[in-house]
Amino acid sequence: MWVRSTLTYRASFVIMALGNAAGSGLEFVTILLMFSHIDELGGFGLPEVALLYGASATALGLADLLLGNVERLGARVRDGTLDVLLVRPAPVYVQVAADRFALRRIGRLTQALVVLGWALAALPGDWAPGRVVTVAVMLVSGAAIYGAVFTLGAAFQFWAQDAAQVQNAFTYGGNAMLQYPPTVFAKDLVRGVTYIIPLAFVNWLPALRLLGRDDPLGLPGWVDFLGPVVAAVMCGGAALAWRAGLRGYRSTGS
Amino acid sequence: MSGVLLRCGGGVALYAAVARGGFRRYVTYRTATAAGVFTNTVFGFILTYAYLALWDERPHLGGYDQAQALTFVWLGQALLATVPLGVNGGIDELQERIRNGDIAVDLYRPADLQLWWLASDLGRAACQLLGRGVLPMAVGALAFDLALPAAPLPWAAFLVSAVLAVTVGFALRYLVALTAFWLLDSSGTAVLGGLAATFFSGMLLPLRAFPEGFGEVVRLLPWASMLQVPADVLLGRYEGAAVLGALGFQAGWAAVLLAVGRLVQSAATRKVVVQGG
Repeated sequence: MWVRSTLTYRASFVIMALGNAAGSGLEFVTILLMFSHIDELGGFGLPEVALLYGASATALGLADLLLGNVERLGARVRDGTLDVLLVRPAPVYVQVAADRFALRRIGRLTQALVVLGWALAALPGDWAPGRVVTVAVMLVSGAAIYGAVFTLGAAFQFWAQDAAQVQNAFTYGGNAMLQYPPTVFAKDLVRGVTYIIPLAFVNWLPALRLLGRDDPLGLPGWVDFLGPVVAAVMCGGAALAWRAGLRGYRSTGS
Repeated sequence: MSGVLLRCGGGVALYAAVARGGFRRYVTYRTATAAGVFTNTVFGFILTYAYLALWDERPHLGGYDQAQALTFVWLGQALLATVPLGVNGGIDELQERIRNGDIAVDLYRPADLQLWWLASDLGRAACQLLGRGVLPMAVGALAFDLALPAAPLPWAAFLVSAVLAVTVGFALRYLVALTAFWLLDSSGTAVLGGLAATFFSGMLLPLRAFPEGFGEVVRLLPWASMLQVPADVLLGRYEGAAVLGALGFQAGWAAVLLAVGRLVQSAATRKVVVQGG
């Protein structure tokens, strides 16, 4: 329904989708501007940084397209419209995610895929099936990790109703961080996004494997393949947090 | 004569009250402010490391040393919600009132529409600067070596520059909001306005670090008033009378854009009458 309703105003939809693509694309333009002065950033060349950017932005774009609306949960708790969803015979989570489904977010995803495609074409090396699988697994588990962060952020909003911004720090902030090579950041920061909020599994670890580089924390090689496991654990945790939040929910009216 | 003076005095009092209202309204969003401080601080850290890597490769890029470049980062985070340097916030309500026709009521009020919203926006900005600006800046100054001036004079000049930055930002957003008179749905233009503010203000990269030629043109555009100029004023890039020149640049754009806003508004209000039938 929301797809059809947004497609009704076609000009507006096109502007919004293009704006969405341009908005996320500006981050890559910034990287291009940086590389107009330098050849390497943290020891990584432009195609390598583009791979990191494309992988993280594609994963975020997928998660944002499917689940981005859950960040509006706080607004629903505030104005009481969450109650309407509680009495409908469908899972609340699905309703929150699907309500006002914003197809314009396809813009961000498309732009990310273009950069990713360019990076993969520009990088040297042959395309053995193993590498193709690694890229596909990286994107899917990356999207699942971002999706779990979106959900955890939404669950947090059951308690702190107007704290949607905190979630942005981890999703968009995480994306801003992951688009740069891990060598750029302080070790403690890299440890934080590996062990505490394991965003490093979205792109850093699998992409370093693709690029044939060592990770800055010196982890054993098999850790690079843990993306799906990390994603599954995070999704499980997010589901538990969501259920706890929903169970503890008291309507604003009561 | 005394009547005019009285009306002026009453006018100032009215707009001061509107500004106070704008300020107080944002004070109520405490959790949102705390969440914003957190997010701005996280982004400040991420950008700091990216800039450190960039300035390691190219020392003195754009004429900034490392400490100045980092100051630029944290100032950008401090002014992000104040100016604002991204999304078209602050006057969404005006857009909505134009869309649903309530604007007709506003136009009958004995107050100037543009001044009313400017006063309200300045109040909002003051609250955002205190709430979401000072704290991330303090964290950045504690964690990294920033190039903040020790003397009071550059800070005073910066404050004037920041007020002008908010005014230019408001004038641009006001124009965006007015497009709703023609488009009804101005969310598309709002997105474009936000993108322009992000890119051309220096929020993504200082405009002095843009490639030559392009960078010079971009520094003449109104968006430069919103971050690049206040940052350069604080960092002491202008010496002596040149500070006045920089503030004049901002004031000039503010005056031009507010005047254009007035012209567009009077064209739009003629249209409202037609719509009201």
